[in-house]
Amino acid sequence: MDQKELREQENRCIQEHAPACSATCPVHVDVRGMTLAISKGDFESAYQLYRKSVPFPGIVSRICAQPCQPACLRVDLGGAIEIAALERACVEFARPDEEAVKLFPQKSKKVAVIGAGISGLTVAHDLARKGWQITVYEATDRIGGGLWQTPPDLLPRDVILRDLDLIEKMGVKILLNTVVGRSGGNGHSTFLGRLLDEYDAVYLGIGPLINDIPDLCLDDSGQIAINPLTSQSSMEKVFVGGDVLRVSAQYPLREIPHSAILSISEGRRAALSIDRMLQKVSLTAARFMEGSYTTKLYTNTSAIQAESPLEPTQLLTFYEREVAETEAARCIQCECMECVRVCEYLEEYKGYPKKYIREIYNNLSIVMGTRFSNQFINSCTLCGLCGEVCPTELDMGVVCKESRAIMVEQDRMPASAHSFALDDMAFSNSQKFSLARNAPGTTSSAYAFFPGCQLSASYPHHVGEAYAFLREVFPQEGVGLMLGCCGAPADWAGRKDLLADTQAQFLDQYDALGQPTIILPCSSCYQVFQEHYPNVRILSFWDVYDHYGQQQFPEAAFAGEVAVHDPCSTRYEGHIQDSVRNILHKLGAALQELPLSREKTECCSYGGLVWLANRPLADKIVQRRVQASPVDYVTYCAMCRDFFVRAGKPSLHLIDLIFQPPGSPIGSLKSGPGFSQRHENRWHLKAKFLKELWGESMPEKEEYEQIKLILPSDVQQMVEERLILVEDMQKVIDYALRTGKRMVHAASGHSLAYFKPNTVTYWVEYTPQEDGSFLIHRAYSHRMQIGKEEQT
Amino acid sequence: MSNYFDLSAYEGWVCGDCGVALVPGKVDIAYMGNSFPVELLVCPKCGLVLIPEELALGKMNEVEKALEDK
Ligand SMILES: [Zn+2]
Repeated sequence: MDQKELREQENRCIQEHAPACSATCPVHVDVRGMTLAISKGDFESAYQLYRKSVPFPGIVSRICAQPCQPACLRVDLGGAIEIAALERACVEFARPDEEAVKLFPQKSKKVAVIGAGISGLTVAHDLARKGWQITVYEATDRIGGGLWQTPPDLLPRDVILRDLDLIEKMGVKILLNTVVGRSGGNGHSTFLGRLLDEYDAVYLGIGPLINDIPDLCLDDSGQIAINPLTSQSSMEKVFVGGDVLRVSAQYPLREIPHSAILSISEGRRAALSIDRMLQKVSLTAARFMEGSYTTKLYTNTSAIQAESPLEPTQLLTFYEREVAETEAARCIQCECMECVRVCEYLEEYKGYPKKYIREIYNNLSIVMGTRFSNQFINSCTLCGLCGEVCPTELDMGVVCKESRAIMVEQDRMPASAHSFALDDMAFSNSQKFSLARNAPGTTSSAYAFFPGCQLSASYPHHVGEAYAFLREVFPQEGVGLMLGCCGAPADWAGRKDLLADTQAQFLDQYDALGQPTIILPCSSCYQVFQEHYPNVRILSFWDVYDHYGQQQFPEAAFAGEVAVHDPCSTRYEGHIQDSVRNILHKLGAALQELPLSREKTECCSYGGLVWLANRPLADKIVQRRVQASPVDYVTYCAMCRDFFVRAGKPSLHLIDLIFQPPGSPIGSLKSGPGFSQRHENRWHLKAKFLKELWGESMPEKEEYEQIKLILPSDVQQMVEERLILVEDMQKVIDYALRTGKRMVHAASGHSLAYFKPNTVTYWVEYTPQEDGSFLIHRAYSHRMQIGKEEQT
Repeated sequence: MSNYFDLSAYEGWVCGDCGVALVPGKVDIAYMGNSFPVELLVCPKCGLVLIPEELALGKMNEVEKALEDK
């Protein structure tokens, strides 16, 4: 993923898009911001937001046609928010006596505004604020145009006068009773020619007098041709808005639909064009979402209760403060946040994907300096739930995984984030576990069983039974055995190099067995094979078992209800989820579905190696999952099951249920093996297979591996938490024995030694025992180096 | 970093090889291109260094994390 793709991902997040009301409003009043402020009693802030979009708040709040209302998501949930009534409340309660308008310093260029209707006055307002010198030409004896035709009870005359008073106060020159005329003068044949002699730009905001403007080109329908984006006419310096746009030279007497808010929008957009032209910058650059448009923002209203306004309103209704506050509180405060709501990780950092990807983008672009996002990038479980619930299918997992790869490429990935899992992977693909054989007595395999590293570590006894089961099911075809790690840790850590090594090693073994179909009980393996071994045919062990396995079980395996937890790696593998449920039904399970299951399932926190990179967050993630239901869980991923049990949740693995001999109870709270035991289990599993199936023995263990350690249970727990393995401690003691380098404490008889096999320095305090073993008192580690750092 | 542990708690440690008591001394510890001088217990003869557990798991860990996020 390069930076351009990262930008594209960022743009897919719709959280920052405008709510439907603001998008539909031709001048984009921040209704959501206003209702939020009003609901807190802050009419002042709400008024300022309104004033920002509407130059004539007194007038518009009384006569606005409210095109926003049909778009309001409350429409079918009690009725649209009474937006104009709330706007009137803001004007009433919060309008200052003297409107403060910040004017830019005056500039030399001049603009003529022809027609003092509401669009022309908006142009005058906006450009005067920018410091340009404005002259308004008005044919009648007052400014305001069509406003004066509104009935006085709707729009009292003092309200018009008060709003429009501002224009003159801003320094706009107003020429009343001044007809620009149809003809030229000063040596010009037309009035536009004459005006352009005097002014740097002209805005035509006149009524339906199209035949009086011979200079401007018309379009095919006989209307004045303008650029719809900029309002520029066929003359570079002439911009057009107002009712003159709504008539045709061919049908001059047509009814003219208009509204104050549309006129303001037209004026505002023309003013922006004129300002840009006067500043000699592009008129068209970065102009999108002007005028009324349909927003892309998605807001989930499924949990919103219908609620009607306290009182029905009309254009003449004025709220009491409390009524306004109550009505404003009815606003849904539209936003998306679909992913954040279902993800502990996205919630943890108090933002949303657009913000996060922006930070990642900055993080990856900075060459030097503090980068805050390292831990953020490493804290995603890559589970894909966000992409599943996102209206635009933006998957932060894809972004984070690719960003990790970039960090690795840039040599910025902290080793501590993933090294423990990568070392574990290296162990599984070493001679200590890795194995690929045809079934005993055969020379080729149509199938091969690949139990994966974690099931083999957690359930070594059942892996043997599963392999025997498959050989029974496919007696003719040949079922080979492949032990190893699929490469998931490398994939999750962004280590494309290590993943490629793993792929190469697997494919060599796979070819040697005759390219069998791989049968996988681990869904993480299944996912990695789908993505990274596209030419390898795979089958889920659970699909095979559902089809060929035991169809009836003598006794129900469960006392009460259980909830099935789908590992996040099965998100889009409905067939595996179905098979698992079928098997559970055959086992007599009263199954409960978790609120988030199947394609919406949650990660146990093992995914993406978050449990290594951000342990406190991982704890929150697993807690969220185990609290989804009070009943026991049953799952089909060894890591999910072990993580749940560690979080205190009674949980079972399906493999335990199908292979456990009847009558022997399964401990749903029995913790999984510790990290050293997991290595040991894999080693013994391979040894057992070699011995029982092929009559071979494992290569002799290395010398240090034969050092016998005694770990009291508190020390056992200590080293487990500190991710220190038995083999790490063995290496330290071996080093001390070989070199004599150690410290001794006369009073206690303890020895203390350290060794740095790779990047981590391990310390072990121990007492040699008479029988040649070593009693361990404590162990700890650090990554900082003692002495000057060696250059890498 | 010397403030983050109590050197006196490590009295009585002797270098196994040289048979002499460890004494306070300045040692550099380094990570990701940054180096810090620390007062630690050192063998005066062979230079063997003792990093106390509370330093390794406390301040050193903190510094490692901070440097990794740089
Ligand atoms: Zn010494």
